[in-house]
Amino acid sequence: MSTKPQGGNSVVGKPIDRVDGKLKVTGQAKYSADISLPNMAYAAVVQSTISAGKITAIDTAEAEKVAGVLAVLTHQNAPRLKKSDNDQNNVPILQDNIIRFAGQNIAVVVADTFEIATHAADLVKVTYAPSKSPNTNPDPLSNTLFEQMQKSPGQSRGDFVAGMKNAAVKIEATYTTPTETHNPMEPFATVAHWEGDKLTVYETTQGVFPSKKSISEMAGIPANNITVITHFLGGGFGCKLSVWSHAIMAVLAAKQVKRPVKLVLKRTQMYGPVGFRPKTFQQITLGATKQGKLTAMKHLSVNETSLFRQFTEYCTEPTNVMYACPNVTTAIKQAAINIGSPTWMRAPGDAPGSFALESAMDELAYALGIDPIELRVKNFADKDPESGKPWSSNSLLECYKVGAQRFGWAKRSPAIKSMKRGKMQVGLGVAAATHPTYRSEAGAIASISSDGTATIKSGTQDIGTGTYTIMAQVAADILGLPINKIKVELGDTRFPQTPLSGGSQTAASVGSAVTAAAKKLLDALFDLAIGDEKSPLQKSEKKDLEFRNGVLTKKGSKSSEKIGDLLKRNNMPKLEVTAKSTPPKDDKYAKRSFGVQFAEVEVEPDLGRVHVTRMLGAYAAGKILNEKTARSQMLGGMIWGMGMTLFEETLMDHKLGRIVNNDFAEYHIPVHADMPSFDVIFIPEEDPHVNPVGAKGVGELAINGAAAAIANAIYHATGKRLRHIPITLDQLF
Amino acid sequence: MRPFTYAKPSQTSDASKSLKQSNSAIIAGGTNLLDLMKLDVNQPAHLIDINKIAELSQIKNNKGGLLVGALVKNSDLAHNKQVLENFPMLSQAILSGASAQVRNMASTAGNLLQRTRCYYFRNSTMPCNKRDPGSGCPAIDGYNRIHAILGTSDSCIATNPSDMAVALMALDAVIHIEGSGAKRSVPITKFYVLPGAHPEKETVLKDGEIITAVEIPQLAAAKHSRYLKIRDRKSFAFALVSVACALDVKNGVIKEARLALGGVGTIPWRCTEAEKILVGKPAKKETFKLAAEAAVKSAVTHKHNKFKVELCKRTIVKALSALENLA
Repeated sequence: MSTKPQGGNSVVGKPIDRVDGKLKVTGQAKYSADISLPNMAYAAVVQSTISAGKITAIDTAEAEKVAGVLAVLTHQNAPRLKKSDNDQNNVPILQDNIIRFAGQNIAVVVADTFEIATHAADLVKVTYAPSKSPNTNPDPLSNTLFEQMQKSPGQSRGDFVAGMKNAAVKIEATYTTPTETHNPMEPFATVAHWEGDKLTVYETTQGVFPSKKSISEMAGIPANNITVITHFLGGGFGCKLSVWSHAIMAVLAAKQVKRPVKLVLKRTQMYGPVGFRPKTFQQITLGATKQGKLTAMKHLSVNETSLFRQFTEYCTEPTNVMYACPNVTTAIKQAAINIGSPTWMRAPGDAPGSFALESAMDELAYALGIDPIELRVKNFADKDPESGKPWSSNSLLECYKVGAQRFGWAKRSPAIKSMKRGKMQVGLGVAAATHPTYRSEAGAIASISSDGTATIKSGTQDIGTGTYTIMAQVAADILGLPINKIKVELGDTRFPQTPLSGGSQTAASVGSAVTAAAKKLLDALFDLAIGDEKSPLQKSEKKDLEFRNGVLTKKGSKSSEKIGDLLKRNNMPKLEVTAKSTPPKDDKYAKRSFGVQFAEVEVEPDLGRVHVTRMLGAYAAGKILNEKTARSQMLGGMIWGMGMTLFEETLMDHKLGRIVNNDFAEYHIPVHADMPSFDVIFIPEEDPHVNPVGAKGVGELAINGAAAAIANAIYHATGKRLRHIPITLDQLF
Repeated sequence: MRPFTYAKPSQTSDASKSLKQSNSAIIAGGTNLLDLMKLDVNQPAHLIDINKIAELSQIKNNKGGLLVGALVKNSDLAHNKQVLENFPMLSQAILSGASAQVRNMASTAGNLLQRTRCYYFRNSTMPCNKRDPGSGCPAIDGYNRIHAILGTSDSCIATNPSDMAVALMALDAVIHIEGSGAKRSVPITKFYVLPGAHPEKETVLKDGEIITAVEIPQLAAAKHSRYLKIRDRKSFAFALVSVACALDVKNGVIKEARLALGGVGTIPWRCTEAEKILVGKPAKKETFKLAAEAAVKSAVTHKHNKFKVELCKRTIVKALSALENLA
């Protein structure tokens, strides 16, 4: 059987509307916090207001007195839990009186209504013995760690020292990126529902299966007794890849009050205890020949982390793979302080790492007097420089060419401060981007019923990226059905196992599983017809059979049969198969998506205000399954990158040891008025090696390099090299 | 949020009486109060909803100026024809604040009384002299990039967040007040109180007093006015610095000048000294620079807000220059 769509009316790649769009805009899509169960109670958490020390007393009497309060759980009365290796993100949940960071969940109040629970939570009185020397500032520690790394750097290929000896031009610079908070529009929410010893959890998660495992291990419940459901997710960006303490509190609370319990975090409660991108400090050294060939690269990185999880922000990743340089040294260390646990945040490692690397490449281009694109092209890696493997596909050179042409790069005058528009200083910047293409084992069920409707079921969750839609497209093509005849059900651990939705791997992993299931279904359908004595298609050769719009036909013959007739005659209300798609163990190819980011800025010379006027991204990411949802993903990534460059920063008051800008009024993300004109180009790629569906991850690619492209444009406009983001106006006047 | 009673009187006098109950608060648009109640910063036991008091919702012509009812929505005031023609900086100031949805709800008097956006004030579990007198001011040695440089004290460096009030400052608006059966009016320049040792006291309003209207007097120079707001993003953000200015220029010489600042003062900041420098001088950049220097002369900065002095000066020059179409 061919993987090509039957009949040639492919919907894969078409910019079709989201199949769940109408549900979402009409409010019918039920997110976790929208779940309402009979007799449901509500929970609210209490968070620590110090960053280190001990709880000496916790007085719940006043809270318990409020009419409608059902229970208050603290470390004093919560069920004892076994320490779980699975749970690196959280301190022991309601198990001891130790405070390790501000915002730690230390009590949960359960009540008849949300309002009562919230009010009573304010009445819980906590007395602390604060630690004498809490530390929330990673800056001093980072200096010590850099000294250690300079003495004994970590991972290497080639000989960095020898490479630097051959360098005619050297760049050495330190870049820093701030703590950033994910801030998904949808707050964290858990609805825990016990029926006997069976537990159903409606959870805001990017991975129903990993959540099931975590809840099982963290709360000490057999995994077989747990169902996790996430029908819709209002953004996660990495913070919803983990189960955090509040979810376990909801599970414990529901058990305690013997009612379903809903717990929704307030926006202000989501700064600290549910992950963030750690602050990073990055030192980069580049050496190059006069002609611009890289001879040596060194990238050292330090990131802040909590005292209980050694989280690594892999900032050095792009440096390892982006350029064909023989001598590369990279190392990472963590500065552990009194903060919550950092976690993966949209383009973990790559987003802050590419800001440093691609800024440094721009600095090198100016030092050499070579065009920044030309410099990058000269150092193009025609195979994976780390593993030596060939790329499954790599269209980066095409991205430079097509992107530069459409952006009008040739009209850029190379000198700094040389371009003006009215009074505005104009600058154009560029940066390269790459993102690994991950794929994990995934399963799917495909079925078809006698009315000609097919159903796809897979455990995976649609985190807002369009998974419902693209899975329907993939199935529609293989099954020869119009898209409105495909029903997709996702986000439920009772369906086949799938990986978490992180690292932009869902399209590749689940797309491959849906491909396998749909093909298997087709196969089973043909077998049924061939083996059915009463079918006009009996004893046909399988290769001669086709299935289109619900009708089985035989090539070169007029014999045909409707799906309904075949199934009914066999007393089958539906035909159903389950399939799994597993990535090969030893891969012959290195698999990455690539892209180039362009940015144009105008800077007001007197006030230093930066206006990003244009952003263009040229991306090569394998087969684009839906041009519309993929384009939206890229726009989202570029906007995220712009926000990261100009606005986003979680501010820590080191004296109080607490985050101060814990709301949307003071934690700035871009608003509509900030939006430049966007241009997204997909370079067509046919990649037979990457995976059965031919797709690479798109989501995070468009973030990588965006910050550097804008910072490089600002340098071109003003001559000011800013190595710390966010770049605010006070750094520019 | 804590439990509270709710009343909706239809007379100002009834509202004023209800307001005398201890721990009571007026609610109009609720765009600020409800937020603060949810944050447990404000904990009123009684809410008095004044939206039924019809007389408070009108905009009336008044001796060449306007009398704006306390309940007039920010959107209605910003789009009022008279305001657009005669007091453009007021319209610009209002439209530079918040979002369309917030402006559709927010009232004139509520805007004047909105509370600071200081991080420490808005977090009910942190010390703050304004919220919890005597508990201390962590902003002074803490994170203070958004804080004030003018009118600060050892107790408080929080900025007044209103844009509208800055324009009204420059326009010499008069606040009409009713309470305890008596009416009085206070010039806006005397309405706000510097924090001093008592940052919890923000205005001259007494217990039981309600703002009924804001009077905007006729001012020829106001036709030629402008509001320029500088912030970290282009919309839905509070001012780092804002400037309300009006000039009456004849034959190149400034006859009358109005200048007020937002985002830098503990109260909306009128620059009387700078205005004196402007009047009688040529409408040129050099003059504007002198005025800008005078406006920030008394500035006191902290660790993260030093940039505001220079930014303030440049914004003043830019706003005045733009008014005169100077490059």
